[in-house]
Amino acid sequence: MLYREALNKALDEVMAIDDTVVTLGEDVGLYGGSFRVTEGLVEKYGEERVIDTPIAELSIVGNAVGMAIGGLRPVAEIMTGNFSLLAFDQIINHMAKFHYMSDGKIILPMVVRFPQGVSKQLAAQHSESYEQMLCSVPGLRVLSVCDVNYAYHALKFAILSNDPFVFIEHELLYNKKGEVNFEEQLDPFKARIVKKGEDITIISYLKMVDDVMQSIPEIESALNCSCEVIDLCSLNPIDYATLATSIQKTSRVVMVEEDHKTGGFGSQVIAWAAQEMFYSLDAPPLRLAGKDVPIPYNRTLELASIPTPNSIAQEIIAWGRKNDV
Amino acid sequence: MNKLLAQEIYYFMVLGRNFEYAAKENYMQGNVSGFLHLDLGQEAFSVAAMKAFEKGDIFATYREHIMAMARGIAPKAVMAELFGKAEGVSGGKGGSMHLFEPSRFFYGGDAIVGGQIPNAVGCAYARKLQGSEEGVMVIFGDGASNGGAFFESLNIASTHKLPLLFLCENNEYAIGTNIKRSAPFREQAKKAEPYMMTLSVDGMKAEAVYETIKKAQKLIEDGHGPVFVEAFTCRFEGHSVSDPNSYRSTQEMHRCKAKDPLEHFKKELLEKWMCSDKELQEIEQKAQKAVDEAVEFAKNAIEPNTAALLEHVFVEEV
Repeated sequence: MLYREALNKALDEVMAIDDTVVTLGEDVGLYGGSFRVTEGLVEKYGEERVIDTPIAELSIVGNAVGMAIGGLRPVAEIMTGNFSLLAFDQIINHMAKFHYMSDGKIILPMVVRFPQGVSKQLAAQHSESYEQMLCSVPGLRVLSVCDVNYAYHALKFAILSNDPFVFIEHELLYNKKGEVNFEEQLDPFKARIVKKGEDITIISYLKMVDDVMQSIPEIESALNCSCEVIDLCSLNPIDYATLATSIQKTSRVVMVEEDHKTGGFGSQVIAWAAQEMFYSLDAPPLRLAGKDVPIPYNRTLELASIPTPNSIAQEIIAWGRKNDV
Repeated sequence: MNKLLAQEIYYFMVLGRNFEYAAKENYMQGNVSGFLHLDLGQEAFSVAAMKAFEKGDIFATYREHIMAMARGIAPKAVMAELFGKAEGVSGGKGGSMHLFEPSRFFYGGDAIVGGQIPNAVGCAYARKLQGSEEGVMVIFGDGASNGGAFFESLNIASTHKLPLLFLCENNEYAIGTNIKRSAPFREQAKKAEPYMMTLSVDGMKAEAVYETIKKAQKLIEDGHGPVFVEAFTCRFEGHSVSDPNSYRSTQEMHRCKAKDPLEHFKKELLEKWMCSDKELQEIEQKAQKAVDEAVEFAKNAIEPNTAALLEHVFVEEV
């Protein structure tokens, strides 16, 4: 099953059992979704529950908030991460705050989904990542899943939860193949150990997890070590317990993310490691992230602006040699 | 409108005015803090709109104390919220601008100008899908009708023929900027005309507001889709208590206060509805008593405990 099919399956199953679930966004209906995540749903559930909206992101999320107040479980799709900025007032001032400001009286069971990240030469206004802003907003759950099986379970969980979720996808993951274990009881807030290892803990999320995995043979062979790779899956909350257990074992931590480095999400993970895991560490933490530049169009420049399997391997090997791994 | 209803509206108008003066007094004494947007001068608008639209969902602005009370939220719970107390309607976490009571279908109290309009559109969509009889009413000011959220909402509400009443409180001022300096015309209903039926009313006259909202509600019930009502009002004071109102001349304020909605409606009660002075005095005393009790209650109400800080960030624990 493809990643996008797993998301489609999750939506389909929840819409079948709960007729308060609706999905809305640009081209989610008759067109089938820009990335085909909502394909076939309008035929099954009709235009009233699979709602094609105008290109008006503020309203897509603002209307979803009102729908949730009115007793529905909306799943809003923003076509691409950069467009979510037009909806940030609704995401931050409304979606994230109503439950708290009303002392728990308003409940917003809703999900905002969007793909983000560097795809292929889409340039600066279609390539960015926004988890750093979303994760700093109290009241939002943020999931950012790399694995196909997790994508299915985590989206289903988010739709059925009574809290507001942002579900971040990556444009290059939609056609990723994987198995879904439909019977599994999976906690989407728990980090996934992708690969066990003894010497270095490498933490990542979303598409970078796959890039890290590609870099592992070269790293392990060059440093004669074994790496433990962790996919965070959930960015709010962060599963610090799983990270701590791994770092206590390996004594070394590397954080890899695609987003711009300054103020990026990984700085939170490294700040935590420096403060809470200091005495377990045998080497300074390493943080690999995108350059602090708008994402350029040119393919060579574009790839130079973010970590790649090759650059991840080179940087970790250089760091490992310097720090006696 | 009948005599009983007119008396009820008068009660809430007096309650509202006295409540706002009490809130201001307690602000000066330091019992109430933050931003405090008084609804003085707009009591007819706020009360009559709520009484006409008595059942559906309400999305209001940050100038909503009187609307909340007219919707049935106890003055004690509103005043305690202004005082930041645990017994406030939002547990002391919202304050003056964020009064929420879903059991009364009252959803704020939104302090992002125009931010509540898309929420009301979404709620109206839900009500249409659910086949609910009751529609949704969203209140916003003339200032919000210059923003993108407003125009997006007109478009979506009319495309889907949603049961939504857009109620524009046109007091001509976006904080201190007159509508003539921020829009090409004074009548904001002109912006809605291509999309839906529009009605206008003198917002300083309670009965006119009541009848206009009822008429709009009937149009929505009859399947006309959304309706836009514009009420021309005039606030007696600044945007909030920290605004000295220096942008309006003495003459302008004199003309504004000459339209006092309480005096106008009191005259109607005496002449049209044949109320006696004694009846009105009783209503006024009852309203004053409710305000005094609300202040007393708020003063004695308890502070939120420190554990409340971390409560209700999420519904579900991890």
